[in-house]
Amino acid sequence: MDDLFYFIISKYNYWAAIVLFFIGLYGMIVRNNLMKKIIGMVIFQTAILLFFVSIGVKRGATVPILKFSPDKQPLLDATAYANPLPHVLILTAIVVGVAVLGVALALLQKIQRVHGTIEEDEILEDMRK
Amino acid sequence: MIDHAPVLMIVLPVFASLVLTLAGPLGHRAAYGLLILSIAGSLAAALATLVQVVEAGRPVHYHMGDWMPPMGIELVIDHLSAGILVMISGCALLTAIYSMHTARQDNPDRLHHYYALFALLVAGLMGMTATGDVFNLYVLLEISAISSYGLLARGRGKAYYATFRYLMMGTIGASFYLLGVGYIYIMTGSLNMADLSDILSRPEFKDSVSVRIGFTLIILGIWTKMALFPMHAWMPNAYSRAGTTTACLIAPLMTKVSVYVMLRIMFTVFSVDYIFQQIAWSRLVIYLASAAAVLGMITALSQRDLRKMLTYIIVAEIGYLTGGAWLANTAGYTGAVYHILADGLMTLCLFMAVGAIIYRTGVSTSVAMEGIFQRMPVTAGVFLIAAASVVGIPPFCGFFSKWYLLQGGVEAGEWVFVAALIIAGLVAAVMFFRLLEMAFFGRLDDAVMENGSQNAHAAALNIRMDEAPLTMLLPLVITGAALFGLGIYTNEVVQYLIRWSLPAGM
Repeated sequence: MDDLFYFIISKYNYWAAIVLFFIGLYGMIVRNNLMKKIIGMVIFQTAILLFFVSIGVKRGATVPILKFSPDKQPLLDATAYANPLPHVLILTAIVVGVAVLGVALALLQKIQRVHGTIEEDEILEDMRK
Repeated sequence: MIDHAPVLMIVLPVFASLVLTLAGPLGHRAAYGLLILSIAGSLAAALATLVQVVEAGRPVHYHMGDWMPPMGIELVIDHLSAGILVMISGCALLTAIYSMHTARQDNPDRLHHYYALFALLVAGLMGMTATGDVFNLYVLLEISAISSYGLLARGRGKAYYATFRYLMMGTIGASFYLLGVGYIYIMTGSLNMADLSDILSRPEFKDSVSVRIGFTLIILGIWTKMALFPMHAWMPNAYSRAGTTTACLIAPLMTKVSVYVMLRIMFTVFSVDYIFQQIAWSRLVIYLASAAAVLGMITALSQRDLRKMLTYIIVAEIGYLTGGAWLANTAGYTGAVYHILADGLMTLCLFMAVGAIIYRTGVSTSVAMEGIFQRMPVTAGVFLIAAASVVGIPPFCGFFSKWYLLQGGVEAGEWVFVAALIIAGLVAAVMFFRLLEMAFFGRLDDAVMENGSQNAHAAALNIRMDEAPLTMLLPLVITGAALFGLGIYTNEVVQYLIRWSLPAGM
């Protein structure tokens, strides 16, 4: 029991990402309202972003800019610096996510104008006519 | 200049798309010219790189901003990607020429925005093929995906909802890919493909669960993107409701480039050994591929809408490609790579011919084929060539890829796949014979009635002249000739490109 508890607590960032991941996926696949599908999509993407951000965290580390000790010697200890790469990647992925969200919202608006509704079953019925 | 060809072929369309967004006041002719110019430049750069790669016999590496890999992003153009880059830019150029009338018909307003998305999509696809970095690939994948959503939604009406579903599936696919890259990055600390392949070949990663999950996520994401059988539901509606030009551009290229990405991940990032010994899904994947081939073709047979029929043919072709890649032998791999090139051209040819027929008749069901040989002899002739190629009749290229795939299936003892290929070929033959019968012997009166003419004789005379405009006919004929040419030069393509790209250990 203790082992299981430790297993969950020690990797809580992964668990949080997994829970959000499935909430988002559920919303995208099961929900009937297209707006809720988009919200699901955003949660789904955010889960992955949080996963990436959390793997770049290092306790007690500082920003990856070369530091100097008082006697002007550069600190070349890699453990003193956080790895910036996951965060940089996620900066790009956030931009991608925002672009997709923008396109999705624009499409949703057009769907509403064409079909008069954003409920999936009503749209399908409208298309069958 | 030649040293920068690898990056020029991506940068030219990107730059063109930036200029095109502002090119509204210059009018549609300027936009059309600019698009063609940029993609022609891209094709020239791709050809120059191809020549360079074949002459040197080794890949061309281009370091972006002169940052050395594995830290910097590099473009790697080897024998596999060089051929596909030429195919992408060639198909895009032909479609751009073809778009003169259809694009203006589909986009009465803001044609320059449409062309900007067109150029951006081409840039994204070229980048996906040329890049040597897995995260860079994700970004380019999304660039091409987002521009394709924009292009597909320009079909209007029902296209909006179809595109919305594609957007959802596309995002799930790309996100799975990104998550998989995250797993691999945690384990290896690298994103460069060559570097990753070095690290992943170390013995301690053989049994690593995280690497295996990473691979699974990446491959599932790519399968969603390329519409492999159970994940294909988004494709037929999205593609068949798009405008003619959009369908000609996206249908041949998007799925083929995704297949290329699958090959890259399987054989460049991971290794033959890892895929077929450690992962060992071959049996399952080949069953999926066989199901895709047979069910795709049978569903295509049951469609009345011409373009929907063609999209189900793509579902079947994706089955051929996936099966070939997972056969784990030389013939299967050769067949899969060759079929990427052949199927890109075949799909382009079919979509262009059908687009021309729909443009002239205004009908998009198979009724449009009635008497097409009398009305549009050139278009119908090229359609016949493309159909023969899909069915697999020599000397067209479709025959040779099928030949390699069948040979690979027999060598691997995968009889289900062999049977699926043969059945799919027969179903395709039935489908095209039905269409061609209508095209040859269809009653002209029906077509005359549709044109709303009173005098049947005069209408028949008019109809005789009713060939598609030259800007549509020329790319169509070139594509038809390319199907023939690729078939004739199969041996050279296999010898100079595909043999060189064979992954080690196959």
